[in-house]
Amino acid sequence: MKQTARIISTYTADVSGVCSALYEYGGMTIMHDASGCNSTYNTHDEARWYTMDSLVFVSGISEMEAIMGDDEKIIGDIIDAANELHPAFIAIAGTPIPMMIGTDLPAIASIIEKRTGIPSFGFNTNSMHSYISGASMAFSMLARNMTDKSIFRSNELSVNILGTTPLDFSINGSVQAINSLLIEHGFNIISNFGMGGTLADIKNAGLASVNLVVSYAGLAAAKELHRLFGTPYVIGVPMGDEFSNIIICDLLKAKDSGKCINSTAIASDFTDFISPNITIIGESVYSASLAAAIGLTTGKTTLVVCPVTSDSDIVDNVGVFATDEDELMPLIDNSQIVIADPLYKPLCTDDNTFIELPHEAFSGRIFRALIPNLITDFSKFIKNII
Amino acid sequence: MLKMKSAAFPAPFTSGLEYSAPARGTWNIVHTGMLLPEAHQIFVCAAGCLRGVVLTAAEMNASNRFSTIAIRENNVLDGDMEDLIIDGVMDIINGLNYRPRAILLYTSCIHHFMGCDMKMVFNRLREHFPEIKFTDCYMNPIMRKSGLTPDQLMRRQLYSLLENRPKNNKVINIIGNDIKTSHSSELFRILEDSDYKVQEIHDFKTFDDYMNMSDASFNILYNPAVKAAGQALQLRIQQQPIYIPLSFNYNEIITNYKLLADTLGITMPDLSEDITKAEASLTSAHDVIGDIPIAIDYTLTLRPAGLARLLLEHGFNVTRLYVDSFTSDDKEDFEWLKLNAPELDLYATVHTMMRVLSRHPKENFLALGQKAAYFTGTDHFVNIVEGGGLYGFDGICQMSDLMKDAFINTKDTQSLIQIKGLGCGGCS
Repeated sequence: MKQTARIISTYTADVSGVCSALYEYGGMTIMHDASGCNSTYNTHDEARWYTMDSLVFVSGISEMEAIMGDDEKIIGDIIDAANELHPAFIAIAGTPIPMMIGTDLPAIASIIEKRTGIPSFGFNTNSMHSYISGASMAFSMLARNMTDKSIFRSNELSVNILGTTPLDFSINGSVQAINSLLIEHGFNIISNFGMGGTLADIKNAGLASVNLVVSYAGLAAAKELHRLFGTPYVIGVPMGDEFSNIIICDLLKAKDSGKCINSTAIASDFTDFISPNITIIGESVYSASLAAAIGLTTGKTTLVVCPVTSDSDIVDNVGVFATDEDELMPLIDNSQIVIADPLYKPLCTDDNTFIELPHEAFSGRIFRALIPNLITDFSKFIKNII
Repeated sequence: MLKMKSAAFPAPFTSGLEYSAPARGTWNIVHTGMLLPEAHQIFVCAAGCLRGVVLTAAEMNASNRFSTIAIRENNVLDGDMEDLIIDGVMDIINGLNYRPRAILLYTSCIHHFMGCDMKMVFNRLREHFPEIKFTDCYMNPIMRKSGLTPDQLMRRQLYSLLENRPKNNKVINIIGNDIKTSHSSELFRILEDSDYKVQEIHDFKTFDDYMNMSDASFNILYNPAVKAAGQALQLRIQQQPIYIPLSFNYNEIITNYKLLADTLGITMPDLSEDITKAEASLTSAHDVIGDIPIAIDYTLTLRPAGLARLLLEHGFNVTRLYVDSFTSDDKEDFEWLKLNAPELDLYATVHTMMRVLSRHPKENFLALGQKAAYFTGTDHFVNIVEGGGLYGFDGICQMSDLMKDAFINTKDTQSLIQIKGLGCGGCS
């Protein structure tokens, strides 16, 4: 594996995942980086940057500060900014140079917390892992540190939705559609880890009787909430009538039984590892959900190709992991139809039918206007396949 | 925010955490590198650093001229960085469906700190692909506060493949500009009237044509970030640099042309008509614009203080400057503003408070520049970056016309200012 990409894009990194996950909760997030990470994040990875203010900054670490190990500079700068801006919490995310010089970000956060009284957290990101890793750490932090531990799991139909960053769901109404679907089925939405919630909602997350994990980035938080409050979780994105009904049933089952359920596992009934009708490239929970919905609706065989962080438990029965162009091309060759972000299209041949499914974590803002809301528009989308 | 009278030169604001406003029109090192015809860019960085440049290329519809090598933790720990680069570059070149004439190989902050043996890397690559020209480029923002910045290095390395050839005394390059110099500038008239062939990198569609820039005897540069490029070309291939900085000051413009004429041994041209036109343009613009408050930012021009001074001297109501630091070329105008416009409001663009400061002031503004438009919440703005190729007295005329147009017509600020690399030809 030469770690090369002749032509395709790259998924956004862990540091952007942290920023994206924490964007709406009134905190202040600092990328400990020289420059570049901030403009990359808020140009390509953050759909809310122009219209929703959030305190996301870069430390601007210099060569001399790195050589001298001058942590006081970032500590002082963060405290100065916090004194002016009064964030609800402070998050510091690392990049390659802090990793190389061994910067102790949790220790820096601890010093800042002592000096300001503001809850502060250091994330050992290094820009070498995918956004899922960073978002996962950030959501876990919210579950672990920002929830009210004195409350108890309710017996009512109530749910937290975990893992709804724009990196996976864009800003096209998908998250609101998930909310609406759950409300239609009698669920009370306690909180939303990602978009459309507040820190006060997160505080009450322990009330939910069940959690819905809609991206792999939300799974670690689900496990944390399970540990803290005993809340079971269901994994899957409701798309297509058949698969959405399965998710609703699984949520009810999980609530009553206390057992966690991976609804996307049903996609394995339609998985063909050798010569699938359809290959889906993308984030594991979303892609496996799409595979399940397509299989249940059309009976067509699928293969999920996951190029980013996930668990074998989610991927292995429905697909494979593949990252580099050399790994992806044979998988694409074997499939009649490829569903993937448009920036994967150069890997396809004339023998493949390519169906565009833009993913902000891969192509950023370029195709934002074309990202479908598959929660409401799945039927329209699969007309391309049928 | 500071009042101009309290501002210190060159960096009026203390450094701290930095905010990045969503005005993206300035070029980055990918845009600039794409000016080299038939070249392929390869970036070697961590995924997070690759992300911005990959998508820059994608937005330019230039992904076919762009490849990456992702650095992972084991490459940092195992000491196999040189092998990663050599193997990766060979893999990329062998897998391309065309053979590039040149490779721009960008390394990053990590390589700088690891002491990666790039000399050995380039030797190996040149041995393996003798038909391809390789040059070293840099995405190392950790160096932006010490030594040459990545932007300065890029402007230098863009010309690093030019070779030492016999010189033609009647050929002159204009170097280092992202945006091509407007041919209506009197600069061209002065040179072409004396039978000089004037060329910029934008004129060339093939690598061989680009190499013809080696023939020039002189390099004109007017952006201070290009000085290092001018010096490097003088040392390496004996092309004489002529630095005639972009200016809005009549005397400085005349002095620049005098330097140019003296260096080339040509007669100093009569510029009185050019000056008359500039004055008429400014008067006409003021008649239309009147006293509307004007905000200027540093992305519009290399000389924001100079432009503010020119406009104030001609009766315009300049009330705000958005500038994080000033270049040495702007020092005289900076001092003039301190004395003559002490109440002028000076804002940093990267200060954390700019994130929360109201972007809807009570007054309507005419903004000169994308960041000024964003921060003043106006849809009346001049949408150019890095000077927009405007130069000399003609540049003043064009700027006046752009101001009139911006005053009369609205623009979709939110859409326009988020486009990266304004004028790069590919971004939309």
